[in-house]
Amino acid sequence: MSPPIADRTERPRAEGEGAAPPALVAFRGITKIYGTGMAEVRALDGVDLTIGAGEFVAIMGPSGSGKSTCLNMIGCLDTSTSGSYRFAGVEVGTLSRNQRALLRRHYLGFVFQGYNLLKRTSALENVEMPLVYRRVPGRERRRRAHEALAAVGLQGREHHTPAELSGGQQQRVAVARAIVTAPALLLADEPTGNLDSTTSREIMDLLTELNVERGITIAMVTHEEEMATYARRIVRFLDGRIVVDRERPADRVPGGGGGLAV
Amino acid sequence: MIWSTIRLALRELGRNAMRSSLTILGIVIGVGAVISMVTLGGGATSQITGEISSLGSNLIIVRPGTQPQHGGIQVQAAPFDRADVEAIVREVPNTEAVAPMTSAPTVAVFGNANWSTTVNGTLSAYLAARDWPLARGRAFTEGEEQAGAMVCLLGATVQDELFGRQDPLGASIRLGSAACRVVGVLEARGESTFGMDQDDFILAPLRAVQRRLVGDDDVDLMFVSAQSEAATAQVQGDLERLLRQRRRIGAGQEDDFTVQDMAEIATIVESTTGVLTTFLGAIAAISLLVGGIGIMNIMLVSVTERTREIGIRLALGAQGHEVLLQFLLESTLLSLVGGLVGIALGLGLAAVAAPWLGVPFVLDPTIIVIAFLFSGAVGILFGYVPARRAARLDPIDALRYE
Ligand SMILES: Nc1ncnc2c1ncn2[C@@H]1O[C@H](COP(=O)(O)OP(=O)(O)OP(=O)(O)O)[C@@H](O)[C@H]1O
Ligand SMILES: [Mg+2]
Repeated sequence: MSPPIADRTERPRAEGEGAAPPALVAFRGITKIYGTGMAEVRALDGVDLTIGAGEFVAIMGPSGSGKSTCLNMIGCLDTSTSGSYRFAGVEVGTLSRNQRALLRRHYLGFVFQGYNLLKRTSALENVEMPLVYRRVPGRERRRRAHEALAAVGLQGREHHTPAELSGGQQQRVAVARAIVTAPALLLADEPTGNLDSTTSREIMDLLTELNVERGITIAMVTHEEEMATYARRIVRFLDGRIVVDRERPADRVPGGGGGLAV
Repeated sequence: MIWSTIRLALRELGRNAMRSSLTILGIVIGVGAVISMVTLGGGATSQITGEISSLGSNLIIVRPGTQPQHGGIQVQAAPFDRADVEAIVREVPNTEAVAPMTSAPTVAVFGNANWSTTVNGTLSAYLAARDWPLARGRAFTEGEEQAGAMVCLLGATVQDELFGRQDPLGASIRLGSAACRVVGVLEARGESTFGMDQDDFILAPLRAVQRRLVGDDDVDLMFVSAQSEAATAQVQGDLERLLRQRRRIGAGQEDDFTVQDMAEIATIVESTTGVLTTFLGAIAAISLLVGGIGIMNIMLVSVTERTREIGIRLALGAQGHEVLLQFLLESTLLSLVGGLVGIALGLGLAAVAAPWLGVPFVLDPTIIVIAFLFSGAVGILFGYVPARRAARLDPIDALRYE
């Protein structure tokens, strides 16, 4: 995933183009401070983190340790107080608000904790939405949305609104919406947070499959150890710092061989 | 992109159909009121100006006294006499016809029929000055005019009332105590805008009316027609100079008579409608302002309600201006629909009221286009602040919003 943000109008130039492909995500001393003076909170405190293409990273840690802040930072939704963040070689700190929107549009997929689907809008249209902003023509857009919904096992539910779907189905729609653009990087904040364990495993199998078979890089926040076992790398946060960053042996990757769930 | 945004906006408005329709009510009423008023007013104006020009565009009316136009006191003054008429004929060049007139109310009697009307004493020149052809018969001869013979021309209404289907030519009717022979009938002109019957009068030679019916030598009014429209200004100037001289009005003194051409009368009518238009414009501006504030209010509510949706869109890669466009389109569509409904309502109202008020229904496309554009402009203007608020939301805050 070396070519950086491409858009008809704005194309921030990448440094080191043509050289060895830079890491997808490269944090150097990223610090995020909320509030000032006594009320100052260091949500992230000098974080160094590199995520390469094709990885599946689980981000863990106690509540308030900075997991969501980190994920939002990776997703270019938030800007750091200090430090450097390069996305595929592009310094995100120098991008404008609109350029960051373009970066999200073309390279990122989000699965939010609370599903965050549009109410009173069919599953199909929810999934189509990111394609609208990519200026994909209507017919093509519907075809791809149908495909994405089929990939998450929701054939026949295309015209249901979120209110007519179960929690697990809603989360699948959210996953379909995130993958319909074939993003370089999929970000998921507690994708199984509100789901029972059976449904959680189904979602995790789905993510694993996307990672293994489509090569989509995934960064996922979770506080459940079981869900973390699906990832190949675990990063643990504590008080805004990374305290553990370790690879899991390949043979212990669940679902890696296809349907070998824990 | 723009098309799917429009569809989205329409659906969003349709979801809150009740709220949307209440929101546009202000604009509907404002635009509707203005469209109906302007349409009716335009109909009345076109009718009046049509009538004025049918009087003949070269016609000049001279009357004693001055007509107050914008308040003030009407000044009474001595009437004209036959010598004035003769002097005008002699001394003012480029006139086509000079017709003096004196009027008296009278009851015309023929057999058992009688009809209360007005008898106008004048000359044959009247027909030329007012461009009024005869339906039948002949005009007065010079001899009859000189002698003050009791001959008369009937207006179409008088003919109907006295003779019905009988032939009036050659018949003798009685005007008060005098007998009078009918020599001709005028063409019918119908009702004027103000509901006046223009055909309800009898013409007789000036001298005959003065002698037999009025009993003085006064001339109440003079119709002068210029040979061409271009000559009216010169004729008007010459008339004023001659009459000032004859009525011995010193330099610096005001005229005690009025010389008016049809263009001036038309101007008076138009200035009256101009005031009306300004007034309507003010009503329109106020109602559009109120309507616009209503739209702004609802759009602010809508942006707050949909904060999460905005957050999702921003997070999924919508740029600020795309969100701005979405909300701006919604407010503009809202006010445009209001404008369209208002236009339809206004036209419907005018179409119903026009026959009832007796004015023609004249559809003015300009005012419709203006109303449409203005209502659109209101949507853009008052939708901008809420739309900008939506566009500037922080995606994370918006996603967390409950
Ligand atoms: N907008 C904000 N304003 C002020 N402080 C904030 C803000 N967002 C996060 N914080 C603080 O930053 C710290 C890290 O928050 P973050 O949401 O990243 O935690 P988390 O690891 O995701 O926790 P959880 O597991 O409960 O979701 C917390 O102490 C939180 O109070
Ligand atoms: Mg969190």
